[in-house]
Amino acid sequence: MLALKLAYRNLMGAKLRTWLNMIVLSMAFLVIIWNKGLLNGWDQQARRDTIDWEIGGGVYWQENYDPYDPYTIEDSHGRMSDVTLKAVEDGKLTPILIAQASIYPEGRVQSVSMRGIDPAQALLDLPANKLTGDNSSVPAMIGQRAARNFKLNVGDYVTVRWRDVNGTFDAKEMQIVHIFKTNVSTIDARVVWVPLADLQEMMQMPTETTLLVTSQEAGFQGSIPGWIFKDHYFLLTEIREMIEMKSVSGQVMFLILMSLAMLAIFDTQVLSIFRRQKEIGTHIALGMTQRQVVALFTIEGAMHAVLAAILAALYGFPLLYLQAKSGWSMPEGTDDFGMTIADIVYPSYSLGLVVGTTLIVLITTTIVSYLPARRISKMNPTDAIRGKIQ
Amino acid sequence: MNNSALITITDLVKRFPMGKREFTALSNINLTFNGGEFAGIIGPSGSGKTTLLNIIGSLDVPTEGKAVVLDNSVGNLNTRQSADLRNQYLGFIFQTYNLLAVYTVFENVELPLLLLKMAASERRKLVNQSLEWVGLTDKVNSRPAQLSGGECQRVSIARAMVKEPKIVLADEPTANLDAKNSHHILQTMEKLNADLGTTFIFATHDEKVIQYLKRKISLEDGQVVADEVKG
Repeated sequence: MLALKLAYRNLMGAKLRTWLNMIVLSMAFLVIIWNKGLLNGWDQQARRDTIDWEIGGGVYWQENYDPYDPYTIEDSHGRMSDVTLKAVEDGKLTPILIAQASIYPEGRVQSVSMRGIDPAQALLDLPANKLTGDNSSVPAMIGQRAARNFKLNVGDYVTVRWRDVNGTFDAKEMQIVHIFKTNVSTIDARVVWVPLADLQEMMQMPTETTLLVTSQEAGFQGSIPGWIFKDHYFLLTEIREMIEMKSVSGQVMFLILMSLAMLAIFDTQVLSIFRRQKEIGTHIALGMTQRQVVALFTIEGAMHAVLAAILAALYGFPLLYLQAKSGWSMPEGTDDFGMTIADIVYPSYSLGLVVGTTLIVLITTTIVSYLPARRISKMNPTDAIRGKIQ
Repeated sequence: MNNSALITITDLVKRFPMGKREFTALSNINLTFNGGEFAGIIGPSGSGKTTLLNIIGSLDVPTEGKAVVLDNSVGNLNTRQSADLRNQYLGFIFQTYNLLAVYTVFENVELPLLLLKMAASERRKLVNQSLEWVGLTDKVNSRPAQLSGGECQRVSIARAMVKEPKIVLADEPTANLDAKNSHHILQTMEKLNADLGTTFIFATHDEKVIQYLKRKISLEDGQVVADEVKG
């Protein structure tokens, strides 16, 4: 308690030096929290969007399905049992049939993944209800990325060519009835959505599907023969790994910032111990042990972190709050890299993040303060009193 | 004067390493200081005055012999015990005042009491009393940089006296002061010695100080060559 009191007095007495250290450290605090908050926000948004738009409460994959091997698509379909169809009817499952196809926008051949979804489904945010049109062509919808790549607009007709279940090539006109905007690139880039019944008819696979997406609220439970359930942990692996990778680059920034702040603290401590030898000697003459003086100087250094945290809270909380409200605009085209990322990412700051960062900074500052302060214990008190350089 | 011995020094030798050889700073010192003395260790520079004062103040230890201060053998104390001895019973006055620049006068004088873990109200009372003794009650909120040399040394006396120690050790207290200020602070210390019975031991070669001393111990080349008590 005494050391705290004296350390506080010394810091307040040092005025400008203390303020400079506090400002540098508080900025490090804020940037670390902001950076981590941004990644957290991105992570949360990406997960939420992927769940809402693509995977619901989890997905049953037809046992042959492998999204990374297009050759498996041909065999990745199975007939839905009565139990499954009942679950679909009850809104607990929604089937998605996947087929490989080629489209010919403006005469160019483009390979696409054609996916059939029930226009009546309400399980995913995908606006499947837009898949309506006249009977002369297959109504289709695509995402903004696909529309940009294929140069297609609403109302455009495009020829689609596919191989049915018997391996026979067939072709048809499809009309783009809707272009949707989503942050989830895996359901957008090179994907064409059509009504499930139309695709089943085109493929000659009545009541067949590749995927069965479960509802988030009252999802289907139990096993479906021929399908394998993939949970959120599995389906969100890519996002998790990407965020982890981004976290590593965040850690590098964290290290650079901390090094700068710690250098300032270390420098101050070394300078203090060099310049304040008389003070150290006086403390010993007045009845402190050298160990107590080491503790006093260590606390004094560590207190920079406490004061910096208070300062950061004063000017940083409003800034971080504003940032969390208004979000951080991502550069155009970021979502074209196959990442699920919103146009505006809203940073998310948890109590754990703030407390964790504060603790890390506090512990690091204490260590950095202690290292030079150890020299005091080797000082000769009689020389220190006279300010003899040791 | 209280005739009980506060400090007993027996056959004290102090050597310092100097490269591969040793330098003998004090040799065969035998002294006794009683309560209430106003004594000075006098001698030229390098005679061992400060070294002897440091040993009495348990800031240093003898190489040989014994220095017993208030029943504590300085050479046998561990760091905690010697810190306690200084904290509770000894006051120090330094040539360069050694005030903490970032503290106010009040905070500087309060520091020894903080180390004694005294209550705030008690501290305030004792600090004010101590500042009254040295005539600095109007400077409580000033910082050392705002004070003259004489005022700084008076703050230093107040800091040494605030806990009413048994012994005050003053190392060249007037070396940085002009004659007027020197006399002023010496008169202050003389009065405190008379009023409170505190033992003052000076290390000095300043004639102004010497004329106030009631006992003069002369050191030359680390040895006591004279020990005179004023009539």
